Amino acid sequence: MLLMFWFCLFFFFKASRVVVASRNYADFASEATFEIKKCDLHRLEEGPSTTAVMTREEGLHYYKTMQTIRRMELKSDQLYKQKIIRGFCHLYDGQEACCVGLEVAIKPTDHVITAYRAHGFTYARGVPVREILAELTGRKGGCVKGKGGSMHMYTKNFYGGNGIVGAQVPLGAGIALACKYFGKNEICLTLYGDGAANQGQIFETYNMAALWKLPCIFICENNRYGMGTSVERAAASTDYYKRGDFIPGLRVDGMDVLCVREAAKFAADYCRAGKGPILMELQTYRYHGHSMSDPGISYRTREEIQEVRSKSDPITLLKDRMVNNNLASIEELKEIDVAVRKEIEEAAQFATTDPEPPLEELGNHIYFNEPPFEVRGPNQWIRYKSVS
Amino acid sequence: VTVRDALNQALDEELERDERVFLLGEEVAQYDGAYKISRGLWKKYGDKRVIDTPISEMGFTGIAVGAAMAGLRPVCEFMTFNFSMQAIDQVINSAAKTCYMSAGSIAVPIVFRGPNGASAGVAAQHSQCFAAWYGHCPGLKVVSPWSSEDAKGLLKASIRDDNPVVMLENELLYGVPFEMSEQAQSKDFVVPIGKAKIERQGTHVTLVSHSRPVGHCLEAAAVLAKEGVECEVINLRTIRPMDIETVEASVVKTNHLVTVEGGWPQFGVGAEICARIMEGSAFNYLDAPAVRVTGADVPMPYAKILEDNCIPQVKDIIFAVKKTLNI
Repeated sequence: MLLMFWFCLFFFFKASRVVVASRNYADFASEATFEIKKCDLHRLEEGPSTTAVMTREEGLHYYKTMQTIRRMELKSDQLYKQKIIRGFCHLYDGQEACCVGLEVAIKPTDHVITAYRAHGFTYARGVPVREILAELTGRKGGCVKGKGGSMHMYTKNFYGGNGIVGAQVPLGAGIALACKYFGKNEICLTLYGDGAANQGQIFETYNMAALWKLPCIFICENNRYGMGTSVERAAASTDYYKRGDFIPGLRVDGMDVLCVREAAKFAADYCRAGKGPILMELQTYRYHGHSMSDPGISYRTREEIQEVRSKSDPITLLKDRMVNNNLASIEELKEIDVAVRKEIEEAAQFATTDPEPPLEELGNHIYFNEPPFEVRGPNQWIRYKSVS
Repeated sequence: VTVRDALNQALDEELERDERVFLLGEEVAQYDGAYKISRGLWKKYGDKRVIDTPISEMGFTGIAVGAAMAGLRPVCEFMTFNFSMQAIDQVINSAAKTCYMSAGSIAVPIVFRGPNGASAGVAAQHSQCFAAWYGHCPGLKVVSPWSSEDAKGLLKASIRDDNPVVMLENELLYGVPFEMSEQAQSKDFVVPIGKAKIERQGTHVTLVSHSRPVGHCLEAAAVLAKEGVECEVINLRTIRPMDIETVEASVVKTNHLVTVEGGWPQFGVGAEICARIMEGSAFNYLDAPAVRVTGADVPMPYAKILEDNCIPQVKDIIFAVKKTLNI
């Protein structure tokens, strides 16, 4: 009898700790409808809807994903300052709504290519945090075995991670050409920044993409600064959504994950209907400087950064929406925060303890699908084997 | 069969063999190719497989590379390799390095092809040889055909290769007919990338060359044979990965080396061959320093008499051979 009592008590406590959320499940709304900002349109009669429906599950997913990216980037900041991450490190905190809103609007079979501020996309496309951090720290457990680093991470249907400003844009149109060629109704998201938007090769690409009706969504992540140069000082026209000229465009609030999602769905439908390319400008903001070598306050004020943080933070916006519309409780979101922190800590632990790649890796992957051959080292007597 | 027709056959056969292969470049479709290499292909395969591009090298090269990353097998034509300079970032940073940076997860099975080097009277901006520039970069393969057999076999091999290949053709060779064996006419004939060919056996001196100068070497060898000097002529066929073993074996036999190329001397293909010979087993067999015959170290002038003296001629090769043999 007594045993039964303790047994039940044990289960009661265990159950109550685990199921805080679902105990309140019946109290939450299953979904809510939100007003979202109207997009400015270029050569489009109609734009995306100005209302968005978000379910509780969707909200929790967006929240967790954005928070994971946020904390991952902050951890990278820490590791960089400890000199465990070397070279270039371009952080994405502040821009989370962009990569998350885009990812949830497309399919895993669609394709994405971006520039070097790529950690958020790498995660959104499915690479685990530990593999991203281990790649940053240059370990063999990194998503590309330590061969690429911050700017060169890849996974299925994600083509990096590209270091040369603007070069990824023609690549993206090429991927879109392959999508059209194979005829499987896939599209390619081709991202670039406000700085890259002035690259000549992008205009060459606009021309060919429009001419050949490639299923390519050009996306300008306008975070107001190309390195240390503000958009006003770099561009004769800062209406990046119009720069595609003959390509229709939308200007989107990039701090609102629902706005990004709705616009991306609209753009994806447009492309899949065979109408050709479309352009989206996401107005967003980065909290960090251009890279870890840039404090980010010589060309903008601390007040400006603080203002964006307090009024437009994408994670806070989502949290407030969910709490105010009874889609989740503050405690529940706090629990997610705790879980995220734990995941990041464990990933960082892995990234700092995993060994560096073996020296033999140096010669590998010069070629694809090639019989092994020898690669020269720093002098004629040092040779490395190269396997594919 | 002329080199032009051999290339055309190769493209036709590979387009037919693999649906993922397609050709893009300026004037390749409706114009039949600026140098008529792709004659008849657009008529046969249509807009999807043979694509005319606007004059946007950087853009269309990037598009071609992206298409390759996503699973297609593009053949990207540069009207001449001089224009590839506009797109060289895409060739090197996007195509050549991606397999390595992605630890082998992204392949770039693309061929960049077009005429390279000096033509006739096209002056400085249209006459540069890019063998050394592209040959410098790990991740690329670089081939340089001379004969029709080389052209057909190397183009087919390049298209079938899963890596970025730069194929440096020569405009002056396009119209030159060469014998082609039965075997070379078959649809599965490929010339392996990375293997040099000994075009002529010899015992007194090794002449190593690639592309059009191979013909000049053979002419020089014919003249020298009358004087009792037997030249071994090696056609490199591939610049990277270079088959230095064939050259070494030859130098061990002949004890003398003369390299011949159309490009500029400084940091050229010949310079690389000499460096590798010094580093390897063949050094001890050299009876004289290795000698290079190259293009003159100037931008290409226009006037015929000047241009003629800027490219390696048969007499220059003969002179170099006699110098190295001390005769």
